[in-house]
Parts: sequence; C-alpha cells; structure tokens
Amino acid sequence: MSTDIAEKSEVTSAPTFEEAIAFVWAEADLLDRLDYRPWLKLWTDSGKYIVPVERDVDYVDALNIVYDDQEMREARVKRLLSGFSMSSAPPARTVRTVSRFVVTEQDERSITLRGAQMLAEYKYQHMRFLPADISYRIVRGPDGNLLLDEKIVTLINAEDFQFGIGYLL
Amino acid sequence: METTTIDGAVVSDYADLVRDDRGHTSLYKDAKIFDEEMQRIFRNTWVWVAHASDVPTKNTFKTSWVGDQPVIVTRDKAGQVHVLLNRCRHRAASVCEKKKGKASVFVCPYHGWSYDVDGKLRKVPHAKGYEEGFDTADYPLVSLRVEEYNGLIFATFKQDIEPLEEFLGAARKWIDLFMKQGAGFGVKTLGEHKFRFPGNWKIQLENTTDAYHFPIVHKTFLDSLDEETENVFDVLGQGGWVEDLGNGHSVMVMIPDLIDLDDNLDAPIPDRFADLARELAEEGHCDADVRRIVRAVGGTGFNLNLFPNVACSMAFFRVLRPVSVDETEITHVAIGMDGGPVAGNRARLRLHEHFQGPMGFGTPDDAEGWERVQRGAQAGDDLWILLNRGVDAPEGVAEPGHNAGDVSAETGMRAAYQMWKRMMAA
Repeated sequence: MSTDIAEKSEVTSAPTFEEAIAFVWAEADLLDRLDYRPWLKLWTDSGKYIVPVERDVDYVDALNIVYDDQEMREARVKRLLSGFSMSSAPPARTVRTVSRFVVTEQDERSITLRGAQMLAEYKYQHMRFLPADISYRIVRGPDGNLLLDEKIVTLINAEDFQFGIGYLL
Repeated sequence: METTTIDGAVVSDYADLVRDDRGHTSLYKDAKIFDEEMQRIFRNTWVWVAHASDVPTKNTFKTSWVGDQPVIVTRDKAGQVHVLLNRCRHRAASVCEKKKGKASVFVCPYHGWSYDVDGKLRKVPHAKGYEEGFDTADYPLVSLRVEEYNGLIFATFKQDIEPLEEFLGAARKWIDLFMKQGAGFGVKTLGEHKFRFPGNWKIQLENTTDAYHFPIVHKTFLDSLDEETENVFDVLGQGGWVEDLGNGHSVMVMIPDLIDLDDNLDAPIPDRFADLARELAEEGHCDADVRRIVRAVGGTGFNLNLFPNVACSMAFFRVLRPVSVDETEITHVAIGMDGGPVAGNRARLRLHEHFQGPMGFGTPDDAEGWERVQRGAQAGDDLWILLNRGVDAPEGVAEPGHNAGDVSAETGMRAAYQMWKRMMAA
C-alpha cells in the first residue's frame, strides 16, 4: 500500500463535484433506509461525524449533540440497530433531501461541499421537520472509492431544543 | 378542579390526589392543575435559574425561567446577581432575546426604555410626553429575590420565603460533594443540551431518582461501555440507596465508591481514563494531581434531585422547565473544571455527549419512555401512578448496605410528591 503508485493515484484523483454529489445522495439514501452497517464503511479511519450545538466554534472543545469518531459511530450504529433502544425501536420514518451544493474547498486530495438538508421525521402521529446546514469533506480512498472525512450537520435550531432523535442525521 | 374525580367523587382538595404510596393520573393531564402548579409551586419556592459561571463577570447575563416566567439573570458591577422579569414595564415587550452575553444596559426595542443590569429604569425617550410626577424609580424591571449556594443560583417570587440554605437543608452536603468535580479548580458550565418531550414535568422529576429503569431503558448505553465501566454502571448491584432529604429533595446513590471524589485517590486509574492520565502527566501534572483530576472527570455516583426544577445528576445539571401540562423542556448542562486542564474538560464533553442530549445513548430513550407515560396516561382516568416500590430507610438515615430504601426504591418520588401535596393543598 505504501508504494509510490498508490500515493500518486490518490494525489491525482480528487473527487469531482459531480462524484461528490452522487456520493452524498447515496449516503442520504442509506440513512433513510436505516442501512447503517454499509454507512460505517463510508468513512476514513479518522473521519468525524459532528452535529454541533453552537455555530462557529472549535467543535472539539465545545459541547456537541454528536462528536463521533469511528469507534463511537460503530457503537451508535450497534445501539440503533439493537432493538433494545426504545427511541429507535420502532424507528421513526425519515425522508430527506440534500441540495443547494456549493464547493467551499478543493485540493488535490479532497472536496468540501456545503449544502442544505431537509428532513421530515414521522413517529407516533408526530411529523417533525429538521432542516440543517450540512457540510461534507470527501476524499478518495485507496481503492478509488469516495470516503467521508468529515460531516457536519448543523440543525437550523441547533442551539435551541430538539426532541429525541433516534436515527442518524 | 371540578373536573377531577376519584372513584366517581369530585375532588375538593388537590391534596387528595397524592397518597403516601401513589399519585393520581390527573396530575399528568389536568391543565387546571398545571396552571395551579405554576402559581402555588413555581411562584412560591426557590427555583434554580443559573450556575455562577453562566454569569462569570460584571455585566454578563443569561436568560432563564422561573416556572412559566421568562427572566434575565445578570451580574452587576459589584458582582451581585439579579434576576429580573424579561418584560418592559411600559408595554410589556421582552427586553432581551439572547441566551447569554455581555450587556451594561437592556434597551426595550419597542419604545427605547433602557434598564440597568440591576433592573433600574435608566432612561425613557421623549420623557416630556409624560405628565409631571412620572418617576422612573416607579418602573424598574421586576426583580426577584436571589440567593446562591455553592455556585447554584436560585430565585423566587416569594419575598418572605425561608433562606435558600434552610430550604436546601440536608441537600447542601450533597451539593458540596457534587462540586468536588471541579477538582479544586471550581466548577464551570461547558455547554447545554436542550430537548423537549411531550409529557408532564413531574414525569421527569420522578426519573432523576429512578434507578429501577436504568438497566432496562439504558441497556444500549451499558452495552456500549467497556466491561470495567459497565460494572461501574451496574447501578442496582452496588448497595446504593435513596434518601429523602426533606422539602421534596432526595438523593439516589448508585455508586457508593463515587460519593466523595477526594476518597480512594490511590485506587488504580480505570482503563478508560488511561490515555487522559498519560496526557495529563505529560503536561507536567504530578501524580497526585493526575489522580484527583481523573477521578473528578469521571463524575460522582449519585443523583441529587432538588424540588422542583434542578438536579445535580452524576456529572451534569439537569434542569426542567414546565411548558404546558403535556410538554416539558429539559436542559442538560455539561460542567467541567474552571481553568482546569483542557484535556480533562475535553474528556468531560465527550462523556456528556455519550449519554446526554437529543442524540445521546441515554437521553432519547428516557424521553421516549416519558412520552410513553403521557400517552399511556390517556387511558384509565381513575387509575393511580404507583410510587410504592421499596420501603423508606429508618428515620431517613441511610448507610450503604442497609436493608431499607435500597437504590431502586421510589423514596425520592414519594418525597417530591409529598412536597407537591404540601404546596398544592388548599
């Protein structure tokens, strides 16, 4: 793996805007279908999944709703799929769209998109709407597939109250 | 009141709705009872509004609530804390809509009346339009009585109430123990998770000293821990207890080893904190400091429930706000060391996020359980909520390993409902 060829191919194949969008849509589809195990494989080893409370802060030193590394993502998915968590069994139904993409950063290794997520949630006769600003840093993995290196989901009311969220944003 | 009946008989006194071992279902559902609670309880007792570190320096403020009343908590130039109704004395507009910040004056956005941080009306624009004799001294922001104990700031509408220290009584000892999480640096709030559930506020009040639900509702949290930590959180199996502390307050000790964070500092550092201990040592902290900080980072082993709206719960403050008879807002305030090592506070934040908040491994399941209580209580108008689990400790004096008031007893709930009864009785 540490050959020059592998490193070179990584360097020369930054994800394109179109590839990144297709990847994000596929991810959103996985999440709405609660297909969480394949979702775990979409990440780099050091990838961070963040749902902040506050905007414009250094998330590592702030309180977040979610601040997950790979180990916490795996624990979270195990919990959500276990059947023993009453907030996720039965799960809420969700339908989400992600759009309004702009490229905020791009280099030879990665692309960072900012977008808008519109998510509707339904459970026990409650319909709730959870709009969010969303950002993805996407890199190309060693096998050529795209990987999430960072995903930040900032709910429109992040610093206000939420109801329990028993699924992945 | 006239709508509530017990076994077909109309209830004439709210006190009839609470018995020693049970509470009536209408306590969760009757909007009139809720309105009375806002008056008889929340305007008649000490209500927690802030931690001292929320208003750390002069001219800092945070907005908060006393029951259904929005307030601003301010600190003036002399360091004194004020709690003011967030309502302009002119035509009622709110004078502050920020969660927290710095301000030396609050200006009403509607007609520009401006108030000092102690509530005094400073200036009225175009004052000539008022008749002679109009005195700004007559129209300060309404100020509540404020007292503080070990960083916990409470306010009350009841000017002639007993001193806060007296109201807290036996709970003070537990507050002092709880604040040892400052590891000698002092305690500081680090952030807040806010969430709501569609249910009555007392369902949450009950939950803070309910160890019985823990292994069932929080199975997936326990499953996410390493074996050593999972054993620590075996809350029913460590000889814990629940103690009625008077005035509706109670404490539930789940992990007796973690009552006093100054004790057992020579014990081996748990595996889950090994990295933190190493990091602290590398930063130059001596072994004794590392042990003290690491033990404080892990939090205490008890939940202290203070009637009616705040709990010092293991490692955070849990604050409830009644919104309506069937909606409640909860704030889980993360706390850490004020000026303590960054690595330690970072560890606190990650621990808090693990269990708490709308996507934590614990909170959403609690919230769902409470919602299910409210939904279930739609059935069986004549039924009662059972609070009869366990027996009280002899004379309220509990020690580890005694037979009475074991950790899963509903002693704390009974204590809270007896205070409710006292305050709601005709």
